[in-house]
Amino acid sequence: MPTTGNPVLNLSVFAVFVLITLYIVYRASSRNVTASDYYAAGSSFTGAQNGVALSGDFLSAASFLGISGGIAAHGYDGFLYSVGWVVAWLVGLLLIAEGLRNTGRFTVGDVLAFRMKQRPVRAAAANATLVISFFYMIAQMAGAGGLIALLLNVTSKTGQALLIAVVGMVMVFYVLVGGMKGTTWVQIIKAVLLLLCVTLMSIFLLGKFGFSLSAIMQQATENNKLGEAVLDPGAKYGFSTMSKLDFVSLALSLVLGIASLPHVLMRFYTVPNASEARRSVVWATWTMVIFYLCTLVIGFGAMALVGTDTIAAAPGGENSAAPLLAFRIGGAVLLGIVSAVAFATILAVVAGLTLAASASFAHDVYANVIKRGNAEPRREIRVARWTAVVVGALSIIGGIAANGQNVAFLVSLALALAASANLSTILYTIFWRRFNTTGTLWSIYGGLGSCLTLIIFSPVMSGAKTSIFPDVDFAWFPLGNPGLVSIPFSFLCGFLATIFSKQEPENAGKAAEMEVRAISGIGART
Amino acid sequence: MTKAMWSPGETQHEDREYRGFASFDDPEALSYVDSNGNPNFALIQQTDEFRSLRRRLTMFIFPMTVLFLASYLTFVLLSAYARDIVSIKVIGLINLGILLGLGQFVTSIIITLGYARYAKRRLDPQRKLLAEKTGVEE
Repeated sequence: MPTTGNPVLNLSVFAVFVLITLYIVYRASSRNVTASDYYAAGSSFTGAQNGVALSGDFLSAASFLGISGGIAAHGYDGFLYSVGWVVAWLVGLLLIAEGLRNTGRFTVGDVLAFRMKQRPVRAAAANATLVISFFYMIAQMAGAGGLIALLLNVTSKTGQALLIAVVGMVMVFYVLVGGMKGTTWVQIIKAVLLLLCVTLMSIFLLGKFGFSLSAIMQQATENNKLGEAVLDPGAKYGFSTMSKLDFVSLALSLVLGIASLPHVLMRFYTVPNASEARRSVVWATWTMVIFYLCTLVIGFGAMALVGTDTIAAAPGGENSAAPLLAFRIGGAVLLGIVSAVAFATILAVVAGLTLAASASFAHDVYANVIKRGNAEPRREIRVARWTAVVVGALSIIGGIAANGQNVAFLVSLALALAASANLSTILYTIFWRRFNTTGTLWSIYGGLGSCLTLIIFSPVMSGAKTSIFPDVDFAWFPLGNPGLVSIPFSFLCGFLATIFSKQEPENAGKAAEMEVRAISGIGART
Repeated sequence: MTKAMWSPGETQHEDREYRGFASFDDPEALSYVDSNGNPNFALIQQTDEFRSLRRRLTMFIFPMTVLFLASYLTFVLLSAYARDIVSIKVIGLINLGILLGLGQFVTSIIITLGYARYAKRRLDPQRKLLAEKTGVEE
């Protein structure tokens, strides 16, 4: 136990799926000519399509495998992730989506550098994007590796490392062929499939227990060492002062980080106007609410039917809860389908991420910093493709190192980075007239630097037996998630640096343009 | 438009355009757009229509942000520091904390729909007014 069915059957369901999506990408991208087509799909998607794709960016391996696994292992403490993910959409809807879409074109750097000195700010924005995407990719790679290991029942670390490498290469191939349009279609298809999948599983589970969540929880408590205590807070985060702070810090990173992720920000550019951008977030919110309600049912369902200990012992650890539950209730076929959907999920998210990272390098660093705005579009796209290859290779290595960690937890680190580097800077630049280049650089680098430093010296990296490097101990920061410190720190850095540096009167015209465009949408697409 | 790629000289260029339009004999209706067809943002920023739009927008989004963050943080802080309270069983084994968490789902839906409605009724008409006055469309 647990045998997870017949590897050949699993693999065939899944290979068929991969081939179908690749075909769609190929078809969708046959007219991928301009830079705008490659990065922003020519801004040609409707709000509804984009909304589903937007939620697709978020219904990632972390959400599906990590959160249901988190709930299956830790009950209430896992549920925090579901709530954070849903509420985070409001940050995107109210504060970011329209203003960003109205002032930017392809990347976060477009918006942050809008009224600032172009080169340093673009370089800073690109650095932040690369670091955040790298951390987020690691989580996806680790999730993909665990999933395939489970499908093929590969238990050796070397075998899993090899799987992560192969999976990573397939994903990079997707981006190279597809660009944004292909990626958006994969997101749409997989978001719909994933939503159907979790909804049907949840309805089935609820039906089995007489449509009573309480009954599912009842049986769940019988299959967890903690018994009824798993339904209360504290199963994962414990009761010490520091662990409570860690819980709060995670919660803060979740709610502020999700809408600050570069690939999510970039998704706001693929709609033709601001009202479509708004509509797409409304669509995404609905999809999210349904999805995260289902993770609650699936998480407790997995605890009830599979049992926490069995999940922890499976290849992939906590991340295997949903696939194991699928096997338990629907045999090899359902496992094959769920795994294929989960894999497509990871594939699509990684494609979106790689694209965001490569766009930020090619568009911000290559075209605007190195070539000073005179890059030939075709060469720019070539640089973007090469960046995709490099980012992909690095994250494969990272994914192998992080193999076995809960992917939702790994993602929360990327979220802390995103909230620290991007959120403060975007909000200041859209809503605060006085904000200037010095402030921008300080809030990006202050947030990114403090967050990165605290992650490196946290128990996540070293010093505990669950660390990525368990054999060494250089940890001095007590929290697993640095958001509680680094997010306020970046706001403070941006504020103080702006106050104590002189204003940039030469940019008054640009500042007026930015404010008018962000708020009214005038001149956003001319 | 290649807004993302201006050269450093472009700002000065626009300033000159701006001064050009401050002259008295230009018809007012034209002054929101310069001779290249680019909107004159500094003038648009000063219009009552724009100020009113900005006020309507900020009047909604900032209080709502405070509201949902406060509600979320209440859930989080209660979960961390008032565990006895959130552990109270309400419906069968479902405790107060889970219900509070699900409550966040409900408030998220309400705020999303509320914003969509507000934007449709209060923001979009104002944007239209501004577009009519300035002759500049999105």
